[in-house]
Amino acid sequence: MGRLTEAEAAGGGASAARSAGTPPAPLPSTFTSPGCAATMASSEEDGTNGGASEAGEEREATGKRRRLGLLATPGSSLYNIAMTRGCSLFGWMVLGIAMVRFYMEKGTHKGLYKSIQKTLKFFQTFALLEIVHCLIGIVPTSVLVAGVQVSSRIFMVWLVTHSIKPIQNEESVVLFLVAWTVTEITRYSFYTFSLLNHLPYFIKWARYNFFIILYPVGVVGELLTIHAALPYVKKTGMFSIRLPNKYNVSFDYYYFLLITMASYIPLFPQLYFHMLRQRRKVLLGEVIVEKDD
Amino acid sequence: MDLSVSVVARESSQGLGPVFGLNGLPRPAPPKAAKKPKKAVLFFEVEILDAKTREKLCFLDKVEPQATIAEIKNLFTKSHPQWYPARQSLRLDPKGKSLKDEDVLQKLPVGTTATLYFRDLGAQISWVTVFLTEYAGPLFIYLLFYFRVPFIYGHKYDFTSSRHTVVHLACICHSFHYIKRLLETLFVHRFSHGTMPLRNIFKNCTYYWGFAAWMAYYINHPLYTPPTYGAQQVKLALAIFVICQLGNFSIHMALRDLRPAGSKTRKIPYPTKNPFTWLFLLVSCPNYTYEVGSWIGFAIMTQCLPVALFSLVGFTQMTIWAKGKHRSYLKEFRDYPPLRMPIIPFLL
Repeated sequence: MGRLTEAEAAGGGASAARSAGTPPAPLPSTFTSPGCAATMASSEEDGTNGGASEAGEEREATGKRRRLGLLATPGSSLYNIAMTRGCSLFGWMVLGIAMVRFYMEKGTHKGLYKSIQKTLKFFQTFALLEIVHCLIGIVPTSVLVAGVQVSSRIFMVWLVTHSIKPIQNEESVVLFLVAWTVTEITRYSFYTFSLLNHLPYFIKWARYNFFIILYPVGVVGELLTIHAALPYVKKTGMFSIRLPNKYNVSFDYYYFLLITMASYIPLFPQLYFHMLRQRRKVLLGEVIVEKDD
Repeated sequence: MDLSVSVVARESSQGLGPVFGLNGLPRPAPPKAAKKPKKAVLFFEVEILDAKTREKLCFLDKVEPQATIAEIKNLFTKSHPQWYPARQSLRLDPKGKSLKDEDVLQKLPVGTTATLYFRDLGAQISWVTVFLTEYAGPLFIYLLFYFRVPFIYGHKYDFTSSRHTVVHLACICHSFHYIKRLLETLFVHRFSHGTMPLRNIFKNCTYYWGFAAWMAYYINHPLYTPPTYGAQQVKLALAIFVICQLGNFSIHMALRDLRPAGSKTRKIPYPTKNPFTWLFLLVSCPNYTYEVGSWIGFAIMTQCLPVALFSLVGFTQMTIWAKGKHRSYLKEFRDYPPLRMPIIPFLL
């Protein structure tokens, strides 16, 4: 039981989440709109299990090999997860610093997106690895949950800001970038510290409190950005297929964006209240009786 | 269990016949005004607790030992009329599996006072109702598009007719498919469960009606493009469609014949004389196999991407169901044919 008890003793948020009862239920598995879940990516469930449960899984996998609760050897699944998350943490910190430096040097947000876009695209796309982790089962999060959240971020980055150049200097872009950056740094720090079995309370506190502001801020940023993009999409007819064509199908990206925006209305409250419930469980130790399905 | 011992004793004393008593001596003639021998029945008591709150909801005394769960549910409804039997889940353990309606009280691992835990399954709706609603929708909706009812396409197309044969053929196939489903629901299928949760009807109807509208919009569109390989493609696809419809119907009939009316028996399905049922040799759920085949045929016939997507989604769902069914067959029947796969021969 060595590693598990260490993890539980020092694992802070992770162990608190476990003692709070069954692993937190996955986020609503109904279709989550892109972007709506984007700022939520920080707050999804696997973090609450974080290091401790992975430590447990790794322990089963490596059998007798004794470790001191730190990173396992290269090639093991725990090592892969740790490297991925550590790399992401590094990436988002670089992004955050780059954004601060740009603003300090230029005093304006114009051109900010252009200067950080390569880093953003790299590290946000890198998050696809998290889906792979879920697929091969080395992380307890469901593929659907991780998939939806990562897809929504990818959608925002590649299908909106990358593809619709005129909106790159909108203020709303900075708004969601800031929200994402702070969220991801908090989240990956949480994972990293959990893995090291030394989770400062502040990090746990941050992970379960920052979202209260960051999530709505991010959502507003995303919605405003999509809204700003609409006229350009309509004018250029980009990403759209018109009739007649061989496969008798059509797609209008403009209406797709409108529907996406509308989907925030049912989905944002669901995710937000879910996070609030998680917070009450983990930070305040409340026992919440889940409604029956 | 003193009660039962004395019952046995009394019965055996009677069993020795009217002449001899227990000690072998001739029994004196019974007094004329003898009471009728009372057959001792061991009544059970049933208390029903809420599975979540453990609150005592109902106490039933004098329950026959041979009472079924269904009868207990009826008794429970009397004290809580808002919970009709279909929405009751009774179980021996709050987190355990639901007891079946046919289970008999005395066969359960309970003492003479049985504690059952109740869970509300929510508002229920009958399977037949759900099926009829979800299938009637696509039938009707497709025809709205086929006849180009106003406000769908531009006004100059209102009530016009397509000049492509394949469009008319597609309407016939689609309508036939859903009429077949409606008739099967009414006359062929024998359902294991009477009801399902009410919210399913909204979910299911959205799926069926939504996809029907989406497909029908393109197939009946004034700018519809007929299949690339023309009449050849349409003929081949139609053949696939018809064969799979016949196959699907044959399987439904074979499954129906496995189960007598009103029963819930489960048996391994086997091929019959009907060649369409020979697919049972290779697959546990050939009805799903044929269903996918029908939709693939329809997709090729119309060369319409939304139809292909509908087929794909349907295939995914049916594969999940087939795998579940296959697993239950394997669990329930030791001698289940090993060659069979859930839905695609040899593959899936």
